[in-house]
Amino acid sequence: MNNPRHPPAAPVLAVENLSTEFRVQGRWLPAIRDLSFSVGRNETLAIVGESGCGKSITSLSVMRLIPASQGRVARGSIRLDGQELLALPEAGMEKIRGNRMAMIFQEPMTSLNPVMTVGDQIAESLRHHRQATRAEARQRALELLEWVRIPSARSRYGDYPHQFSGGMRQRVMIAMALACEPQLLLADEPTTALDVTIQVQILALLAELKASRQMGMVFITHNLGVVASIADRVAVMYGGRIIEQADVRSLFERPTHPYTEALLRSMPRVDRPRADLRPIPGQVPPITEELPGCRYAGRCPLAEPRCLRSVPPLAPVAGSPGHLARCWVRAEPACLEDAA
Amino acid sequence: MSRPLLEVKNLSKRFVVKRGFMGSRKAELHAVHDVSFSVAEAEAFGIVGESGCGKSTAGRSLLRLIEPSEGQVLYKGENIVDFGADRLRALRRDIQIIFQDPYASLNPRMTIGQTLAEPMLLHGLASRADVRGKVEAALLEVGLPAQAMQKYPHEFSGGQRQRIGIARALSLNPKLIVADEPVSALDVSIQAQVLLLMEDLQRKRGLSFVFISHDLGVVRHFCDNVAVMYLGRVVEKGSVDTLFEQPLHPYTQALRAASPVPDPARKITVARIEGDIASPLDPVSGCHFHPRCPKAMDVCRREYPAVRRAEGREVACHLYPRTPAAA
Repeated sequence: MNNPRHPPAAPVLAVENLSTEFRVQGRWLPAIRDLSFSVGRNETLAIVGESGCGKSITSLSVMRLIPASQGRVARGSIRLDGQELLALPEAGMEKIRGNRMAMIFQEPMTSLNPVMTVGDQIAESLRHHRQATRAEARQRALELLEWVRIPSARSRYGDYPHQFSGGMRQRVMIAMALACEPQLLLADEPTTALDVTIQVQILALLAELKASRQMGMVFITHNLGVVASIADRVAVMYGGRIIEQADVRSLFERPTHPYTEALLRSMPRVDRPRADLRPIPGQVPPITEELPGCRYAGRCPLAEPRCLRSVPPLAPVAGSPGHLARCWVRAEPACLEDAA
Repeated sequence: MSRPLLEVKNLSKRFVVKRGFMGSRKAELHAVHDVSFSVAEAEAFGIVGESGCGKSTAGRSLLRLIEPSEGQVLYKGENIVDFGADRLRALRRDIQIIFQDPYASLNPRMTIGQTLAEPMLLHGLASRADVRGKVEAALLEVGLPAQAMQKYPHEFSGGQRQRIGIARALSLNPKLIVADEPVSALDVSIQAQVLLLMEDLQRKRGLSFVFISHDLGVVRHFCDNVAVMYLGRVVEKGSVDTLFEQPLHPYTQALRAASPVPDPARKITVARIEGDIASPLDPVSGCHFHPRCPKAMDVCRREYPAVRRAEGREVACHLYPRTPAAA
């Protein structure tokens, strides 16, 4: 719609003007607001932000897994390979989930069935989505376990989830998610609970699988170090909105939104000697607080009166192609202001 | 040179764990194995390592929240392992602990004022008459308003609760604080606020810290010296800059390389370390790290390496010191 830039090739996932609301004490409050982004084939988009910024709600909205009793996708469009998902009945979504698009979570134990062997769990999805015979599904599940490098996969096929370490469970979950060769993988903090020497293995595995399958990946994380390790493009979220979007190099070389910049400065780094940390003062405004302007303005050192009055658009950053920032002071919203 | 504030010598802790059907077999878990380090006055000493490396057990042994199996913990030259109940109570005024999740260590039915007043009254550092003022001062010192006194723990955010945890630890005027993953549960922007607060307090009060963390970035920022632990043992020990710029032990090297930094030029393509951390219940022979070590030699499978001094730090690895160069 009004997103000024589309990637050249048709994206695997195109989200436009998405808003998801939750009911809190009888009022519908927006958890994510007017979100637009896209993911191409063989591309990893990292969505990064702190607690409560809406990054997990974004992936649940795309999967259409927002519990109807609590929340709703209020507006917008989600297209998977051109097909509008918001128009589909639940039965249609069931055919897509775990098949054309799959999701992995932080804690694999909560999404693995504890009383079913890991091999059978992978085979089940192939039997369900691909109508594979029992023998075919078993053979394929075994290949998948080898493919995600479970050591001695054949003998571990019949093991239960609790017999695996955290890193191995995450590998099992990846095997299960990729069983039907999805076009899109949504990974929600998949390495956050893992030790760093295990995390690096899982990140390397995901990067390799994404490339070999030409898959699109949305990688949700709070860790800017992980973003730099895995992303092709990055969207930074704050208070339910994307406040900056750029390719990974531009984002780290030229963080433009004051929040992105502040986030980088508040992160202690192992690759640098002790430097002054600059924490971000204050706290995120609560979801119950409606603000007419930028939700970061209260903590922002550059805030001007206009920042409190109205929400800035996601506007191009001069001299940095494909780089967008939602800031009256730092981005160049002049042309958009005229159009509006 | 003056005596260090805290000296840990050959500390070990073994747990007996039940295994097998209905706990029919007993096994010994060597959680901390022959760990030695010392902490000077006003020094921040880091202990870094991954799950199950024994860093928290080591930290808790320093206050005897866990009783050490072997070794000495010398506080101002006196071995606290021999202390009776009275001296231990007095010691716990000098050494305090902060946990990762302050919520779990705050009584939900007590106001913050009550929580902070209790230890001061118990240890006779305040009287009924002046405790209110002292609690107020403690809150202000950690950046919380005096009105926080009337509130309950659930009314605070994670960062504020950690400030309360720090205020409680400070209320007894300790000399040393054991901080066990104090900022791990916090968002980055809040984490920086709490780190700066601790730095500030360290400077003002001349506090020493034993700072336990899995995050190398936080340790490099906060600590002067650091010990890297793997499966109960210290594998390398030295100043943070030495260890994280030029790690010698292959495990420290792997840990350093795997720690994410916000620099896309270091994009991950291949993991340089394979394999899982072995279970501390099934220890391997020789060096614990050899099954994952890219440089493992025959000797590594046979015997645990002695601690040696090399290139300005201590390292327990058969690679060091290298045999003198032929030339």
